[in-house]
Amino acid sequence: MSFLSYLLSGLGLGSVYAIVAIGYTMVYGIAKMLNFAHGDIIMVGGYVAFYAFVRFGIPAWISIILSVVVCTILGVTIEKLAYKPLRKASSLSVLITAIGVSYFLENGAQLLFGTDTKIFPSLITEGSLKLFDGQLIISYLNIITIVCCLLIMALLTIFINKTKIGKAMRACAEDKDAAKLMGINVDSTISFTFAIGSGLAAVAAILLCSTYPSLSPTLGSMPGIKAFTAAVFGGIGSIPGALLGGLLLGIIETFTKAYISTQLSDAIVFAVLIIVLLIKPTGLLGKKENVKV
Amino acid sequence: MKNFIDILFGKKNIKRTISFAIVILAYVIITVLTNTIRVSRLFSSILVPVCCYIVLALSLNLCVGFSGELSLGHAGFMAVGGFTAIVVSGILSYSIPNTIIRLLIAIIAGGLVSGLFGLVISIPVLKLSGDYLAIVTLAFGQIIKSIINNVYLGYDAQGIHFSFVTNTIELAEGGRMLLLGPMGSVDVEKISSFTAGFILILFVLFVIYTLIGSKNGRAITAARDNRIAAESIGINITKTKTLAFVVSAVLAGMGGALYALNNTSLQPSKFDFNTSISILVYVVFGGLGNITGTIIATSILYVLPELLRSLQDYRMLIYSVVLIAIMLITNNTYLGQVIQKVKLIFMKKGDSHE
Amino acid sequence: MSEHVLETKSLGIDFGGLTAVNNLNIYVDAHEIVGLIGPNGAGKTTVFNLLTKVYEPSRGAIYLDGEDIKKLDTVGVNKSGIARTFQNIRLFSNMSVIDNVKVAMNNESNYSFFDSLLHDLKYFNEEKSIEEKALKLLDIFDLKNEKDTLAGSLPYGAQRRLEIARALATSPKVLLLDEPAAGMNPQETEELMNTIRFVRENFDVCILLIEHDMSLVMGICQRIYVLNYGMLLAKGSPDEIKNNKEVIAAYLGE
Repeated sequence: MSFLSYLLSGLGLGSVYAIVAIGYTMVYGIAKMLNFAHGDIIMVGGYVAFYAFVRFGIPAWISIILSVVVCTILGVTIEKLAYKPLRKASSLSVLITAIGVSYFLENGAQLLFGTDTKIFPSLITEGSLKLFDGQLIISYLNIITIVCCLLIMALLTIFINKTKIGKAMRACAEDKDAAKLMGINVDSTISFTFAIGSGLAAVAAILLCSTYPSLSPTLGSMPGIKAFTAAVFGGIGSIPGALLGGLLLGIIETFTKAYISTQLSDAIVFAVLIIVLLIKPTGLLGKKENVKV
Repeated sequence: MKNFIDILFGKKNIKRTISFAIVILAYVIITVLTNTIRVSRLFSSILVPVCCYIVLALSLNLCVGFSGELSLGHAGFMAVGGFTAIVVSGILSYSIPNTIIRLLIAIIAGGLVSGLFGLVISIPVLKLSGDYLAIVTLAFGQIIKSIINNVYLGYDAQGIHFSFVTNTIELAEGGRMLLLGPMGSVDVEKISSFTAGFILILFVLFVIYTLIGSKNGRAITAARDNRIAAESIGINITKTKTLAFVVSAVLAGMGGALYALNNTSLQPSKFDFNTSISILVYVVFGGLGNITGTIIATSILYVLPELLRSLQDYRMLIYSVVLIAIMLITNNTYLGQVIQKVKLIFMKKGDSHE
Repeated sequence: MSEHVLETKSLGIDFGGLTAVNNLNIYVDAHEIVGLIGPNGAGKTTVFNLLTKVYEPSRGAIYLDGEDIKKLDTVGVNKSGIARTFQNIRLFSNMSVIDNVKVAMNNESNYSFFDSLLHDLKYFNEEKSIEEKALKLLDIFDLKNEKDTLAGSLPYGAQRRLEIARALATSPKVLLLDEPAAGMNPQETEELMNTIRFVRENFDVCILLIEHDMSLVMGICQRIYVLNYGMLLAKGSPDEIKNNKEVIAAYLGE
């Protein structure tokens, strides 16, 4: 029974990673940049929801929507101000800028919200499902997290394959110049991608903070690194890969904590990543690139 | 001795000469300043860390700038070198009371152990490329940190005691714990000095300039510039990149050793992802493959937040804004053209050694 | 067994289901200049990629001085004596012209990293001989005045010449030139022909070259192979090829 309950909580954690990783991977696929500030958007999302709900007494569901909206706007603004001027710059310059944005968000949050850890309220639901005479206890939150992740994945798949803007995103990911020649507005497509990624980060923020209810300005950095790892694990640029990578990472992390060692869990998670990359150098579902000689 | 003058001031080596000259000049000025007027405690307290970060940035530039492989885990090598140095210095503290000799041994040991780590890590790392390579270095940085977080090591009359994950060490009378898991090291004897840092920088400059001026250095840049062409002229890419990676790890370990022995206590959490990133920022600001630039950028960027200390909470915010602004300005196409023109005027026939 | 310097036997490669090169039997003898021509997409560059093991052949064998090079990789192939240039120039563009040539002589010198750290005599002597040899090569290819320029900022024709100089610096037995005259004007092409002849006469090397410029091919090659759809369409002297009906048809389209 404990195995099953660890599996479920691993899937829950993995779902959060997956939602963040999807944002990472979409931005990477289209803008070819590692957006290190992505993790900090999670933190902003958490604070917005916290202040809306606790300080201003706004109903939970409106707080959640507000958080998503703020993050979406923030993501697009960052893209417009910091990344867009660097479209033609070297990838390292973009990386450093993203790091700068990340520092900015973290330190801005410290000034605005203080460095103390805040207790995140239960926005979604408390209570849990008891199965097998109470031997297996699953929190509703855990179920909602997993459902949320699968739902997002399903919606995104439909969106990307069926809608016009979704197809434009795929075209830009393949070849920006060719997309431009086909009359696709590359700039707005990239902005849109950032919008989706940042909105997803806010969703992840609510789910993450509800599960681990402590809020601090550096909240986003570790999930950010983990989600980045998950995206690479699954093959960066691939959305199903991000889902798979996120879920696997969550499960591996939970199991190592449960059965091997809490202190060494990070080391083991990253070691698994290295082994996977050695066997499949472009991640689980990544595409291999051929160089023409 | 015409050769000798040519080696120092020849057109080909002018960049090297400038690097050395700047470092020596800075050392002389700072030493004179600290001995004549009363400099603030803050000023003298950041001298050694600046030296350490210059060493780290130079070592990372070898990896990222010359070899072209993005490493996001350089703090890991710094940690390995640092804690090795603490252990070595701790063990030798009775047998070698002379701090200069002990520091030298500790730095060499830190470099060697870190190089060994670099060699082991390079085997999987160099099988990958691009962002995948970068994330594996990140992963190794995290793994190293998390392993050191779980190491307990003590020393007494009976020798060295070691345990992993949980502390099971019972020391005899007069023994000392050198590594305490997440607490790191406490009561470290502070034996680093600014002069040691200065000499280490000179040593690192010497190693890097020698490497890039030799056939191995040419192979390293060739492998970076065009892998397929490099293979076509018989260059073994893996061997070449391994050399760059291991030398980089050795130098980083030495920098870490100097850093560690400048603190009375040190936690493994100091060497986290953010430290790796800071070093990378210095390198990018200084210019990939630009040695003198790296030294200047590191000095400015390390000192800047310290100078902003009076602004307290705002300093890191300002730092981040400066970071973004400089990136936007330097990559501005219009400004880029202006800079290019200015460069052309000043260096009509610039050499192109790097 | 065979007196040919380079020889292929039933060489072939498939990409997925597509056969790019099939049943190719060609050879090059000492001091020969041999042309490999054919319409676009005939598989000429693929042949070079097979000879240098950028691609692993699906079938057949390659012999260098009578020895099968099956077990060698790209690096090993170069070490045993095949050097090449590339259709889309591949120089080390951020290195100086002379360093581009010097780096190709890496396997000749055997001083170690520690020798260079110690700046010992071995290091100095070998560096000196590399420098001299590189300068000599640059002189032949008329690049001596640009020796400190970045390779990437050279004009197009000079880049092609530098690539040949770099390949020669590895002291090969066989030199593979992939469209050496592409993008050159008639005068430059003329000079290139003279240089190639000079190389053949002064270095112990035979040359296999891909080229679309017929004046160059007909002017310097002793023998020519014509490739079409990955198969050998014709072989012979320049005059035989010029008058071959099948070759003319392949070039003009039926």
